[in-house]
Formats: sequence, structure tokens, C-alpha cells
Amino acid sequence: MSHYSGQLINLLAAVLLLLSFAMLGQRRILSLINLFMAQGAVLCASTATVALVTGQKHLYWSALITLVLKVLLLPWILHRLIRRLNVKWDIETLFNIPTTMLIGIVLVIFSFNLALPISELAGTVSRSTVGIAMASVMLSFLMMITRSKAVPQVIGFLAMENGLFFAATSATYGMPMVVELGIALDVLVGMVILGVFFFQIREQFDSLDIRHLEQLKED
Amino acid sequence: MNLTTILLQFFALILAPVLAPLLTGWINQCRAWLQNRSAPPLLQPYYQLGKLFEKEVVLAHNASGVFRAAPYFIFAAMVLAATIIPTLSTDLPFGPAADAIALVGIFALARVFIALAGMDVGTSFGTLGARREMLVGFLAEPALLMSIFTASLISHSTSLSTIVDTLGHREFVIYPSLAFAGVAFTMVSLAENARIPVDNPTTHLELTMIHEAMILEYSGRHLALIEWAAALKMYAYSCLGLALFFPWGVPQDVTLSNLSLALAGLLFKLAIGGALLALIETLSAKMRIFRAPEFLGTAFMLAVLGMLVHLLLETGK
Repeated sequence: MSHYSGQLINLLAAVLLLLSFAMLGQRRILSLINLFMAQGAVLCASTATVALVTGQKHLYWSALITLVLKVLLLPWILHRLIRRLNVKWDIETLFNIPTTMLIGIVLVIFSFNLALPISELAGTVSRSTVGIAMASVMLSFLMMITRSKAVPQVIGFLAMENGLFFAATSATYGMPMVVELGIALDVLVGMVILGVFFFQIREQFDSLDIRHLEQLKED
Repeated sequence: MNLTTILLQFFALILAPVLAPLLTGWINQCRAWLQNRSAPPLLQPYYQLGKLFEKEVVLAHNASGVFRAAPYFIFAAMVLAATIIPTLSTDLPFGPAADAIALVGIFALARVFIALAGMDVGTSFGTLGARREMLVGFLAEPALLMSIFTASLISHSTSLSTIVDTLGHREFVIYPSLAFAGVAFTMVSLAENARIPVDNPTTHLELTMIHEAMILEYSGRHLALIEWAAALKMYAYSCLGLALFFPWGVPQDVTLSNLSLALAGLLFKLAIGGALLALIETLSAKMRIFRAPEFLGTAFMLAVLGMLVHLLLETGK
């Protein structure tokens, strides 16, 4: 049983990495939100699996919070936002997706190497997935750097939180409940504030392209 | 190597060319159903081949020997490729003769000949098709090799028989790396078999053609052989995919009951695979030709990720 569940956790971790890459290469904002939702679902499933294997009760709560917050609430807010902002069918112009992907592979190799000593120290069933968690944090970073519109950047930020959460689950069976609740609330509030920001940015510049923010005054 | 295995190898040798048009017919039928058209009969590719074999060959005045010889080379290469892949048993005489890398080489040989033949007559469409084919080919080949290597890393061998033996007959283990390699392989085989996201096999618009543009000048039995070879390539790729990612049901030793079971399993798996292919083709739209490098780059990336994930998750256990 625990043999197969270890493999199942590995499989879910691999799917998480795959989804991170898919988000990195996605041009459409709507598909990006759906991918984020799928990532949340995978995260929820893997947390529940770890909880089932180890019998850690609080991990069930974490899985439940993930399900409510990242699969239902945040995607719903994002969907509402892009409908209100009318950027639902926006296609973002990225610089050269294959190059971004290649940088992504380099990042994955880097984080796998970085995580090897950490995972040797950890004694959890899911210790070998620390590298994947790190890689998905890195990939979300890369996504925030390469995007120029505000909504994908925020999704990158949320995906990064997913990666951190996964890292916590795989290295130490999750953070204490208080911390987890705090982070969940932070993410939710952050999302609401950033949602207000979207409208402000658009009102100022008539566009959600945050490159406009780099100009301090009008020439 | 005894008489039974040699006979079985001959059986596989005949089975591949016979089954290949059936697979094409089945895919066309599924596609027609999914697209709400009335489907052509399942045996339509056979009728088409028969018709083409009866027609006379019309050659361009400046066609050289390469143009006439290419269909035979391509057909032979595809038959050989289809028989190397272990479909009915892993204990076949051809098995040790060539490993996965040699198999990719055989595909490359056929590609070189079809590109040469496309350029031979000197029409602009033929040259255009040949150049595009080489573009797709040189991007698809590393991705194909990488996804095969992921399976090789698991079974410590590049021989396809050993891979099937290891993956199909050991205790069941979930390999996340194989999932990555499988997605990459699917993308590569769509590109290599001139299927919809990259090329449209039923197009009549020359400017968007890749595979069809190269064979515009062919007629009669030459065209029949090339069409047959294309069907064989589809069959070979499907069998390769089944061998790498769904190897269950291929027996090690050869008995009559084993063999019939393996044959039934093969037909079943091919039917499912063909239906899935038709589904993918129905759901996706053809890409611009300049998106193809991105598509194949993604496939390569997934295959490399598969290897990395294997090194991280599946070693040292």
C-alpha cells in the first residue's frame, strides 16, 4: 500500500511539474487560469495522499483548504476579474516561448541538484519530490519575470505559493496549522488587493501591460 | 533461435503490411464519425492501393533513377522498421539485429529518400515539401530519441525487446518519467506521420502541404507503394508507442495460445490508439508551419524532463 502511494505521490509531483511548464508556455489568459486550477487540484490530491499514508490529521485540513481556496475560490475570483476587465480572450505576446522553456529546463536541473542534499536529510515518504517543488517555485518565478501583463504575473505569484506549499508538504509534512491558515488568508487578501490594483493600472494606462509602470513621468 | 521463432518472424513480416492499411482505414472511419460525416468503408485504403497498382506510371521527363527507386526503398525501410518492433513476441530473430537507435536511423533513411525524390523532378512544390519535411524531421528526431532513452534508462538497454521485457513482465511500477516521455512521443508521432497539428493528410492546398507536396509527382504503383509506406509508418509508430508505454500482453515465449492472445491484444490496443488519434485530430486545428518548431521543441523539452524526473524520482530505490 505505502509502496504504491509513494509512487502515486511521485506521479502527482511529476504532473505538478508538467503543469508548471504548461503555464510557462501558455499564451491565453483563460487557459492559464484553468491550468492554475488543475495545479491546485493536483496539489490537493497529493496532500491528501501524503495525509493518508502518514496518518497526519492536519494534512487533511490543508488539503481541504487547498481545495476550497485554490481550486474553487481563487479561480472564481480570477474568472470574474478577467470578465470584468474584459481581457478574457487576450493573447499575450511573450518573448520566444522555446527560449523560455529551455531556461526552464536549466532551472529544473539547477533545483534538482540543489534539492538533493535537502532530500537526503528529510525522512518523509515524499522526500524525493522536494526537487520538483523547488523547480515549480523557480518556474513560477520565471513566469513572473517573462510576463508583461498584470493578470499572468499574479497567476505566477499564486503558482509560486503552490510550489512552496508542495515543498512544505514533501519536506516536513506541512507547516503548522496556524502558519498555513495565515498564508491562505494572505494569498486571499493579496488576490483581492491585486484585483483592485488591476483596475487602477488599467484606469491609469488604458492597458494591463505593466511595462507602463516603468515610466515615472510622461515624456 | 528455432524454427517456430523464424516462422513467427515471417508472420510478423507479413502481418505488418497487411494490418497497416486497416489501421489507416480505422483512423479515417473514427475521424469521419467524430466529425459527423458518413464514414468511408473500413477497407477503403485497400481498394485505393489496388486501384493505384492497376494504373500506369506517368513519369516526368527529367525524373532520374532516384525518383523511380525511392518508393521501393521507402517501402522496404518501413516494412523493416515495423518488423523490428516487438509486437507479437519479444523473442524474435530480428530483435537483437537492431535496437531503438537503429530504428530511428531506418526512419531517417526513408525520410532522406522521400525528400530526395521530392526534389528530384524539380517542381517548386516538391522542393518546398522536402525542405519542410527535413525541418520537421530534424526537430522530431532528437525528441523521439530522448523519449526512447527515458524507457532505456529504466530498463538499462536500448534494445526494444529488452525494454518490453522489463516494462511488461516485471512487477507493476508507476513511472512518472514514462508519462512525460509518452506525451513527447505522441507529439513527435503526430508530426512524423503528417497528422493534423503539423500537417494535414487530406489537404488539397499545396501551400500548406508537407508530406503531400513531396509526392505530388508520383502516380500508379509508385504512389501506391508510398501510400502503403505511409500507412506502415503509422503502424510502426503506433506499435513503437505500444511497446514503450503499454507493453503488457506481449509474451516472452511462443506458443499458439500466447500468440493468439498477443494478436488480439495488439488489435485491441491499435483500435484504441487509432480512435484516440482521431480524437486528437478532431479536437486540434492545424498550426502555422512556423509554429511547428515550437511544438516539437515542447516535445523535446518534455522528453528531457522525463529523463530528469527519472533521475530524481526513480533511482536509488
